Amino acid sequence: MSIPGEWYLILAAALFTIGALGLLVRRNVLVMFMCIELMLNAANLTFVTFSRMLGDIGGQVIVFFVLVVAAAEVVVGLGIVVAIFRRRASTSADDLHILKG
Amino acid sequence: MILGTVHPTIPDAATFAVCAAIIIGGAFGVITARNAVHAALSLVLTLFGVAVLFIEQQADFLAVVQIIVYAGAIVVLFLFVIMFLGVDRREDVAHEPLHGQRPMALLLIVVALGGVIALGVGAHWATGAHAVAGPSHLKGHPNVYVLGKSVFTTYLFAFEATAALLVIAVVGAVVLARRPRMEERAKETGAPEEPAAVGGAPDGGEGAT
Repeated sequence: MSIPGEWYLILAAALFTIGALGLLVRRNVLVMFMCIELMLNAANLTFVTFSRMLGDIGGQVIVFFVLVVAAAEVVVGLGIVVAIFRRRASTSADDLHILKG
Repeated sequence: MILGTVHPTIPDAATFAVCAAIIIGGAFGVITARNAVHAALSLVLTLFGVAVLFIEQQADFLAVVQIIVYAGAIVVLFLFVIMFLGVDRREDVAHEPLHGQRPMALLLIVVALGGVIALGVGAHWATGAHAVAGPSHLKGHPNVYVLGKSVFTTYLFAFEATAALLVIAVVGAVVLARRPRMEERAKETGAPEEPAAVGGAPDGGEGAT
């Protein structure tokens, strides 16, 4: 008998919350991006687990699309980080308050 | 009935335990590392753990894609930007400008985790119709056959939309990372460029994905 799906789901929930915690407490934009990747991975693990528990291929297809979206998000996000760094020479999210009213 | 009445075999349980430890350890490494490079390397650890758990759940193709796309492209892109910007120095993690933000965040996270697990227990984890979008296993066919058939028939439109998405992302990254031309730079007032830290050609790392 293989591992019950609940274990995977709890592990994925823990991974997601660790990523969310990092997003809340860290100030470095690059590390915040990595925390978003952690959360996306937790979602992927959940999708694959549900795919196995329900015997449905749809979960795995969605993981495939999540991977594509994650790649696009990182490319654009890091482009923005580079553009901001040119202007402010900093990757701290605290320094990005130009739009503050 | 929270953690099953079923008893997994020893190899399965050992694989899961080791991978869970690697995943959680890597995740903590990401959020606690002072150096962004160390955070990126911890992220690789977590991604490998998740890939092994994909294999453990018979999602072989996704495990391979996870390694190639995440560890091979995304993390390399992260490292490239970290080195490119020259921000691979230690960061003062102890300094916290917002008073009491960390305890609040921790409290929020613990509540969220407890809530999600309670919801899962209450809903018996996975309920619903089986194999709505097609079965995940066909006798005599590997996982990649089943997945590819689904992507190129049921989800063909979404698949083509991702192609457009990737093209837009590449163009967007080139536009964002491009250095403004001399005449454009002259028009900008009061915001001098900082070419000292960012010498060299425009960011060429987008092609990796």
